[in-house]
Amino acid sequence: MMKTPFSSLVRRVPWVLVVFVAALTIPWIGTRYDTFLATQIAISALFAVSLNLLLGTTGLVSFGHVAYFGIGSYVCGILMKTYAVPFSIALPAAALGAAFGALVFGFFCVRLTKIYFAMLTLAFSQIIWAICFKWNDVTGGDQGLPDVPYPDLDWMSSIPLLDGLRISDKFYVLTLMVVMLSLAAMQRIITSPFGLMLKTIRENPERTASIGLNVRSYELAAFVIAGGFAGIAGALFGIFNRGVFADYVYWPKSAEVMIMTILGGIDHFWGPVIGAATLVLLNQEITSYTEYWPFVLGVILLVLLFVFPGGIAGGLATGARWFRRKKGAPGDA
Amino acid sequence: MDDVSLLFGQFLGGLTTAMFLFLIASGLSLVFGVMRVLNFAHGSFYMVGAYLAWQAVQWLAPMLHSFWLAALTAALGVALLGGLIERLLLRHIYGREELYQLLLTYALVLILGDAAKALWGTQQLSVSRPPALAGSIEMLGATLPVYNLFIMLTGVAIAIAGWLVLTRSSAGRLVRAAALDREMLGALGANVGALYTGMFVVSSFLAGLSGALVTPIQSIVPGMDVEIIVEAFIVVVIGGLGSFWGTFWGAVIYGQVLSFGILILPSFSLFSVFALMAVILIIRPWGLFGRPIR
Repeated sequence: MMKTPFSSLVRRVPWVLVVFVAALTIPWIGTRYDTFLATQIAISALFAVSLNLLLGTTGLVSFGHVAYFGIGSYVCGILMKTYAVPFSIALPAAALGAAFGALVFGFFCVRLTKIYFAMLTLAFSQIIWAICFKWNDVTGGDQGLPDVPYPDLDWMSSIPLLDGLRISDKFYVLTLMVVMLSLAAMQRIITSPFGLMLKTIRENPERTASIGLNVRSYELAAFVIAGGFAGIAGALFGIFNRGVFADYVYWPKSAEVMIMTILGGIDHFWGPVIGAATLVLLNQEITSYTEYWPFVLGVILLVLLFVFPGGIAGGLATGARWFRRKKGAPGDA
Repeated sequence: MDDVSLLFGQFLGGLTTAMFLFLIASGLSLVFGVMRVLNFAHGSFYMVGAYLAWQAVQWLAPMLHSFWLAALTAALGVALLGGLIERLLLRHIYGREELYQLLLTYALVLILGDAAKALWGTQQLSVSRPPALAGSIEMLGATLPVYNLFIMLTGVAIAIAGWLVLTRSSAGRLVRAAALDREMLGALGANVGALYTGMFVVSSFLAGLSGALVTPIQSIVPGMDVEIIVEAFIVVVIGGLGSFWGTFWGAVIYGQVLSFGILILPSFSLFSVFALMAVILIIRPWGLFGRPIR
């Protein structure tokens, strides 16, 4: 198969590594505000990719993914603020707590399909919200849990280059590391035989069951993994935002991360990352001259649903195929 | 004696909540039953109805003080809005994956919520009770505002009217047929497209009407849309998505659980209604009164 030298060159560049390295340089070349945005993008990207493990890979429409993000936030925030537990323990605890929550809730959810699945995930996330909102002694109730401390990042000072950074920059570097490791882990999971089984389930659950696969266990496993990674994102977000609040767990947040995921494109692993970056930056641009960001978001969503159902990544892929076909390269579908 | 009046008062409070929620949720349930679309924007229609009612009261004020005319105007306005949305947007997504349907109606939530903010601001608005229903009556030692009694009766009236239309009229027969098999109905020559638009208009009218009727007892605030839609979801889930009487009894159960939950364990009442929703979905996903959907 003939390929134009340009497109094969484009393909050979390790884009993920390039983006990662570029993102890593932001504290040195950008402003304090750039780091702030980049941290937000990294955390949102992790959250959106974890949702896409359900949405795109397994074909499960979860309308309550924010529950596990919230559990992660609260577990990490409570441990670090109330009990002064170090981050190196609080983060895994947040992931495990969220994964455990996902195991308990998911056990019931995977028994339902379609709209009922979506409704039950929504109900569970509202249960978590009600608990966070009302359990004053532990979660701070409607006042939330302000002033979650930064992790102890003094060890970074012994690394050359890093020692001059502000604490928020150091936290960004840490966040980027955690997010990249998590994304790498999720990509491994999706390309593994287990991940292929999830895709098979998405394509045709009945048929997958008939070849002897326990569809529910696979779906539950995906639910737990997605919940755990959402918990990591939540833990990072609580620290980044200097506090944990019940608002994080309110149901419209689930819709928000869903929009991110769809905007980027659910058919591609990196789609949700593109969606997260686009949405965070767009939000920044638009809120600087109008307060009606939700209106704009709603219109974007409409355009997306009617014109680009494949999201940005889907649109780019279609564009690239069209471009190649126009150049006359045979064999591309 | 005090105990009885307290409990009875709680019961009446729950019943008022229930009939309100029935007014709202009945439209949501009808649309789901026939079109298989779970409309997140139904709560937004309710909110728009409330704002429109307030607006109509302001406009009418120089001429006459008629809450009823204002409420009717608001409900008709929302019905028109619903009809437009069905024709222009929803129409194109029937039969698509539920993800896209949910997100489309959620886009409407965002757009309508901000449009209401732009038009009416963020401060609380309120409408005074119609004078004819201003008083209150005593029942078994509990006080019941006449307006609440009116709401209960309206709920029951709408339930009976809806049931009569669904079971006795030809339009109702078409609606039930569409819920069972829309392709077959279309093949038999019925205009399914028009039927869907009509259903959506009726559903929007009910949402707008309940929004208008709530204004004398609750202030109108941004965010009432996302709050009410979750409550309406709980109601239709308890009774059974798409089941008309299910929605009625679902609302009654929800109202009582919330009302007595507040009495017994105030901080758990929120938790208990969501837990109820989850338990119903786990045990009988099609609800207490619904049928399993193929």
